[in-house]
This record gives sequence, C-alpha cells and structure tokens, in this order.
Amino acid sequence: MIEIDDVSRLYGGVPVVDHVTLTIQPRTICVVVGTSGSGKTTLLRMINKLVNPSSGSLRIDGEDIAGIPAYELRRRIGYAIQGHGLFPHRTVGQNIATVPKLLGWDKAKTADRVDELLTLFQLDPQAFRDRLPHQLSGGEQQRVGVARALAAKPNILLMDEPYGALDPVIRAKAQHDLLAIQRKLGTTIVLVTHDMEEAIQLGHTIAVMAHGKLLQSATPTEIIGHPATPFIAELIGSSERPFRLLALSRVADHIEPGVAEGAPIDADASLRDAYADMLWSARSAMPVTRHGEIVGRLTLDALAKLAARPQ
Amino acid sequence: MSWGIAIRLVALVVLVVFLVQPELFAGVFGALTQNGQPSIYNQGSLLDITLSHLGIVAVATLAATLVAVALAIIVTRPFGAEFLPLSRSLANIGQTFPPVAVLALAVPLLGFGTAPTLVALFLYGLLPIFENTLTGLTSTPPAVVEAARGMGMTGWQRLVRVELPIALPVILGGIRLSVVISLATATIGSTVAARTLGEVIIAGLQSNNTAFVLQGGLIVGVLAVLIYDGLSALERLLLARSGQASRANA
Ligand SMILES: Nc1ncnc2c1ncn2[C@@H]1O[C@H](COP(=O)(O)OP(=O)(O)OP(=O)(O)O)[C@@H](O)[C@H]1O
Ligand SMILES: [Mg+2]
Repeated sequence: MIEIDDVSRLYGGVPVVDHVTLTIQPRTICVVVGTSGSGKTTLLRMINKLVNPSSGSLRIDGEDIAGIPAYELRRRIGYAIQGHGLFPHRTVGQNIATVPKLLGWDKAKTADRVDELLTLFQLDPQAFRDRLPHQLSGGEQQRVGVARALAAKPNILLMDEPYGALDPVIRAKAQHDLLAIQRKLGTTIVLVTHDMEEAIQLGHTIAVMAHGKLLQSATPTEIIGHPATPFIAELIGSSERPFRLLALSRVADHIEPGVAEGAPIDADASLRDAYADMLWSARSAMPVTRHGEIVGRLTLDALAKLAARPQ
Repeated sequence: MSWGIAIRLVALVVLVVFLVQPELFAGVFGALTQNGQPSIYNQGSLLDITLSHLGIVAVATLAATLVAVALAIIVTRPFGAEFLPLSRSLANIGQTFPPVAVLALAVPLLGFGTAPTLVALFLYGLLPIFENTLTGLTSTPPAVVEAARGMGMTGWQRLVRVELPIALPVILGGIRLSVVISLATATIGSTVAARTLGEVIIAGLQSNNTAFVLQGGLIVGVLAVLIYDGLSALERLLLARSGQASRANA
C-alpha cells in the first residue's frame, strides 16, 4: 500500500504538487491523469525519492520512506519512464539485469530471470538477449524498459507515460499486456498519463490532477458517471461517456440465455466492441461464444441500460 | 576504406624498415646532401631516438589523461561543481602558454633533460582531454541518467557503469588530439637535451643537411598520422560497441 499524506512540493515558492492525499491499495493500478504541467511526474517521483516533498509524508506498507536510504528504496521499486532510458552501451540482457546485479543476485539466478522476463514480454531470449538497445524497434525498447523495471520482482512499479511514444496499435497491445502481467504478478502500479482513454482502460482507480491539486480519485465508473468538476467532465468528453462506460465491462458478465442471428462475439470482448458490432450489422442481439462454443446471447436493450449514467 | 588501410600499412612498414635499417634508404636521401655530407643521421640510432620520443609522449599523455579525467569527474559531481570555471581557466592557461616558455621556466627548476619536456607536454595535453571528458560526462542522455538514478545506482555506480562508458569514445577523441599535439611539440624538447626526434632536425639545421631535417620531420609526421588514424578507428569501434554508432559517422 502506498499512502501519500498531505504532500506538497514547491519550486521557487510555487506549489507544483499542492496538498495531495492519496492512498493506493496493494495489487491495484492507479492511473494519475492530468494536463501537462499539472504535477503528475513530480508526484510520481516523490514515491521513489527522486524528488523530496517540501511538506507532508509518504508511506509504503506503513513505513515512512523518509527513513529509507534513497538508493535502497529505489531498488525495491520498479521505475519505467517515457523514452525508456535504456543504457545504450549495454545489451538487452545486461539492461534487464541492472537491479538484480545491484542487489548482488548470483549469475545463474539473474540469467534465468532475464530470460523469464523476455519470454513474458514476448521477446525471444535467444534473439534479443545480446542485442544493443539501438538494434530494437521503439515498441521492443519500451517492453525491455518495463521488463528492466520488473527485474528484481518489485511490489511496486512506477510508470511515467510509458506508452507516449508508441503508435496506437502497439500501444493497445502494450496496455493489454500490462494488464495481463499485473494480474499475474499482483504488482501495485502507479501510472502517469495525460490520456483519459488510457486511464479508463488501465486504472482500478483514476486520480485526476490539475495545477498540482488532486481533483478526484475514484473508480473509472465513478469518474465517468459522477465527475467531481466540470474540468474532469471535459477530460472525459461528454459525448464519449456512454461508450467509455461500455468499454469497462466484458461481454462475459452480461450474457443472457437465448439465441441470436449472425456472427458471434467472444465473451472476452468489451461491451463497446459488441455495441459497435451490433450497430454496424443492424442487429438487436448477437450470439456469444466462449472457446468457440455458443454460450448465449447479448442484447441491445441490455447494452442501452448499461450505457446509461450510473446511479 | 580498404585502400586507406593498405596505404597506412605500407607507411607503417616503410617506417619500421627505415628505423631498423636506415642505410637501405641512403640512396633516396643522398640526393638531398651536398659536399659528401652523410645522408643518414649518424649521431645515434634513429630507432632509439624514436622510441625515446614516443616514450616521452606516452608518459606525458598518460599523466595528462589521469589528471584531466579526474579533474573533469570532480567538477561534474555536485560537490565539485563550483570548481568548474576555475579548472576550465587553468587548463586553458596551460594551453595558451607557449611550450618554449614552459621549457625556459622549467629548466632552472628541473635542470636539463627529459623532465622539463615532460612538464611542458603534460600541461599541453591537459586541455583537449579535459574539455572532451567534460563534454562526454555532461552529454549523457537525461533519460539514461534518470533511469540510472531511479533504479537505485549510487553516484559512484552511475559514474563507473553508465557515465564513463558512454563518454569513453569522446574522451578518447581528446586523448587523440593531445597525443598528436605532443608528438609535434616534443621535438622542441631537444633544445633542453631531452632525447627526441628534434635532435635529428636540429643537427640537420646546424650542419645545413636537408636530409637530416627531412628524416626527423618525416618520422614525426608519419607517426602522428598513424597514431591519429589508429585512435580514430578505435573510437569508431567504441562508439559502435556502446550503441552510439549514429555518432560514429557524424
Ligand atoms: N526541478 C524543477 N524545478 C523547477 N520547476 C519544476 C521542476 N520540476 C518540475 N517543475 C515544474 O513543475 C510543474 C509540474 O511538472 P511535472 O513534470 O510534474 O508536470 P507533469 O504533470 O508531469 O507534466 P507533463 O504531462 O508535461 O509531463 C511544471 O510547471 C514544471 O515546470
Ligand atoms: Mg510528466
């Protein structure tokens, strides 16, 4: 658990982070969103002591981080930044092994971990281990950056706009992979972005910042249904609200018994995709499949109810 | 590319043969002498003098490298930042001081011989290495420095594992400049009795023997070109190895 308790940071007397209080539950993803210059990066960097708060305190699992030496704390916390920051003179394998080496892991254990992570991120260890970062594509570099951050099995992963430089297709894939990895490892993730779409897609909670202040911290459903300020409503985009709500749920959770005509949809798809499909094929219901077998149907009526403002 | 290598190889071989068996070239240089002057330097072994010349340059450059790199490291650390302007001007003064003046000042203190020459070459070699090390250490990509800090490297670990390896090719560039300057400047050391190739040139000037002058000059020139090219090639290799190949072609 990360507890940010009434934390402020001033630069030249001006608060850049202004009395922020935020608790991040273990094993969840908290996405910090806000416009450029709202203090997101500064807030994130206070968690691993790259920036010290001017006032207030931060605790990790109940322990005040002020009492932990910075380098020790940072080795316990994964950190992935935009532009990945891979060491250009070290191979992919050596990059990933950075923190294990700092922690004094033995060679065999480190090598196993490197290969395990490369496989987890769908990079063939044989082909990638000994390459230099400049011999990778942007998407591959980004994955290696996240793999490196996870190398020493940290409980906490901080990510600062990790997908900013990726094209939309690769970004969607990377986000999907991150969710799968987070579920598998149970890592607590704090991710900074200025993309509300990304926040809704990834966050268990979304923390919205503006001018250094935390405006609202809540689940995506809550933020979409009941934005605390007009600014947050604007970030979400009022015409987008119903679709964003639908994007949060899986088809699997809304299957009804019965039959329907036409091409089926997979139970793992989002309701938003199902809705688009139904409108496009001019149907009022569609069959749902799981592992290739038809397990029921989804109706337009049900979707319409789910897309309405939550009470 | 391969033509360039071939020409340099030939130059190296010719140089080595000339140093070991200078009499083989007596005919070539004979054309430059008059009144039955000796056509090959005869007041000492050319090989010995060349090795002594190279040795003096090597010692001076090594010392300059150690001091300049250490200085650049100190002034790029938080605790040494305030010395940055001071050390910059010191290195600059070392560079603008004429080597002859350094020799003149050093002789009364150190006596005749190799020592004053070493001091002059050392002072001369500092600036290019210092400036390049400074450039290398301060131009590490910010995201790389941020990542190194964020992963929990201490200041020392960042320096040794990240900043210096990335700066190495640029530092080597400074050493290359310094070596070439020293190779040429070392000839002046003969005026205060250091054993360098200047001795051959001076002997030629004194006896009006163009062959001697040319021999001393050519050896220094060929050495400078070969060492310069060799270090350039090493630099390109290091740039490629450290994933900065895009800078190698720049
Ligand atoms: N070291 C610093 N010194 C002075 N001002 C700073 C420093 N770091 C950040 N700031 C200022 O603090 C404000 C917030 O910066 P921060 O990097 O936290 O914003 P951000 O929300 O991450 O923005 P972006 O989305 O553009 O990355 C900015 O106005 C920035 O100029
Ligand atoms: Mg930022």
